[in-house]
Amino acid sequence: MRIEVKHLSYTYHSSAPFSAYALQDINLTIEEGEFFGIIGHTGSGKSTFVQHLNALIKLPTAEKKFKPKKVRKGQPAPVYPSIRIGTYDLGDKKTDFKELRSKVGIVFQYPEYQLFAETVALDVAFGLRNFSKTPLSQEETEEKVKEAIEAVGLDYHAVKDASPFDLSGGQKRRVAIAGVIVTKPEILILDEPAAGLDPLGKREIMELLHRLHASWCKTVIIVSHDMDEISENCTRAAVFSASRLKFCMPPSELFLHAEELETLGLDIPVTAKIQRELQKLGVEVHSDFTNEDFVRRVLERVGGTSC
Amino acid sequence: MKAVNFENVAFSYREEDEFSLKNVSFSVEEGEFVAVLGHNGSGKSTLARLTNGLLHLTGGKITVFGTDVSDEKNLFEIRKKVGIVFQNPDNQTVASIVEDDIAFGPENIGVAREEIARRVDWALDAVGMTEYKQRMVSSLSGGQKQRVAIAGVLALKPQIMILDESTAMLDPKGRREIMDVVKKLNREEGMTILLITHFMEEALAADRAIVMNRGEIVMRGTPEEIFERHEELETYNLALPRIGVLCEMLKKGGMPVRYVLTPEELAKEIAACASK
Repeated sequence: MRIEVKHLSYTYHSSAPFSAYALQDINLTIEEGEFFGIIGHTGSGKSTFVQHLNALIKLPTAEKKFKPKKVRKGQPAPVYPSIRIGTYDLGDKKTDFKELRSKVGIVFQYPEYQLFAETVALDVAFGLRNFSKTPLSQEETEEKVKEAIEAVGLDYHAVKDASPFDLSGGQKRRVAIAGVIVTKPEILILDEPAAGLDPLGKREIMELLHRLHASWCKTVIIVSHDMDEISENCTRAAVFSASRLKFCMPPSELFLHAEELETLGLDIPVTAKIQRELQKLGVEVHSDFTNEDFVRRVLERVGGTSC
Repeated sequence: MKAVNFENVAFSYREEDEFSLKNVSFSVEEGEFVAVLGHNGSGKSTLARLTNGLLHLTGGKITVFGTDVSDEKNLFEIRKKVGIVFQNPDNQTVASIVEDDIAFGPENIGVAREEIARRVDWALDAVGMTEYKQRMVSSLSGGQKQRVAIAGVLALKPQIMILDESTAMLDPKGRREIMDVVKKLNREEGMTILLITHFMEEALAADRAIVMNRGEIVMRGTPEEIFERHEELETYNLALPRIGVLCEMLKKGGMPVRYVLTPEELAKEIAACASK
């Protein structure tokens, strides 16, 4: 499913004196199959954007009370924000939003704090039961839950009857992800999936997301402010700042704008920093900022075994 | 002189429990900077708390500058010599104003008033926080709060400072601030440092490192020697940070770079190779 966002603006407390823009005229397309990154500070609008993608925040035209503005002759018709995800029109009141939400799964930050059920299997099954249109049989539920738990790299028989609260931090996070992917969403959105983990934990989570991307969810979108994570993993990344979309391009191009990113108060990946320092020392190296390409280019430029 | 000496130390929290530390022997020389690496639950914090008698050992012997830690009569003296900075910046302040907080320790051990004032100024200068002297602790960033916590320990004029995951809750900038202060204290003041961490890049600043796993010391050496054995490290749930991964990949490609901490240093290493 392709995500197509046009003229998306959003104002918090629009009728109150403290109204504030959270998003201003965002235009963005995310193709099916991408591993997409969303970057931005707290308050940049990135969370508001993500919440629109599974209609946690509805477009004005999808609200029950919505009536189109009357247009006088000679005046241009008003432009309403629109979001299309595959065949779903998020601006249409008649859209089946429940079905949409089972196709666009969101894993929030620190999802392990949202576990609640008595056993891992019951926790993972919760979303499945709520989203399915017809009641599922015991066997069907068990089969799907098993599949999801195994997809996140846990041993089904070892954890299914355990309390989610007895698991380690890393395992809890995996269970929480299983609870979202169990409905087989085509698009999986994760807010800071690696936050608070040490280097090994981070690497394991990113490897898991790549496995899911290859076999389970066609599109993966991660919200992150770890630029190393973005440069190593994403096909393209969007940068939000002060409610606007500033950049949307592959990391290999994005991090060429190092100075602008730093003025926005954002970091750049380690590889970009090393390249910049090398340039000061008179050694020009240009890579796409992934480890592999960076090392290859450095060895090409400087020579490996020769020195 | 040996600042800290552990001899076959064993510890368990309760008698019936498994040992949290088993057969741990190592020593730290005066003025040395030693890093203790280990994953959560490896026993590295237990080790810190045993050193100044916050926990009492089950077996073996610990001495601090030759004084036995297990003798309760010595604890007051030992705690003056060994300061610990803990993990959470919000749990280590007692006063609302920076200078009052730093004065709390020396006041408690009966330091004279004028001397306290001198120590507070010196400690604030050492951590680069002089201009924040009159500020509210609550208005500071995490990194600044931790620097105040370090200053509070410094004001007691300890000979050994233990940092028990003191950077774990800070952002990268805060972590750099703390590491800069620690390095400076070690080099300029000759303070003995025991740095407990699971961030491998922080260990690079140390003279020596030991790696703990399941309550035992499993690796010892210079940080570089330990990083060379990164595959073994992964079996103890430790992994190289991205810059370490890059160093490793360049080495494999035949470039003789040293393991370094920052992008600036790695750029210099690469440029040095380019000019040969």
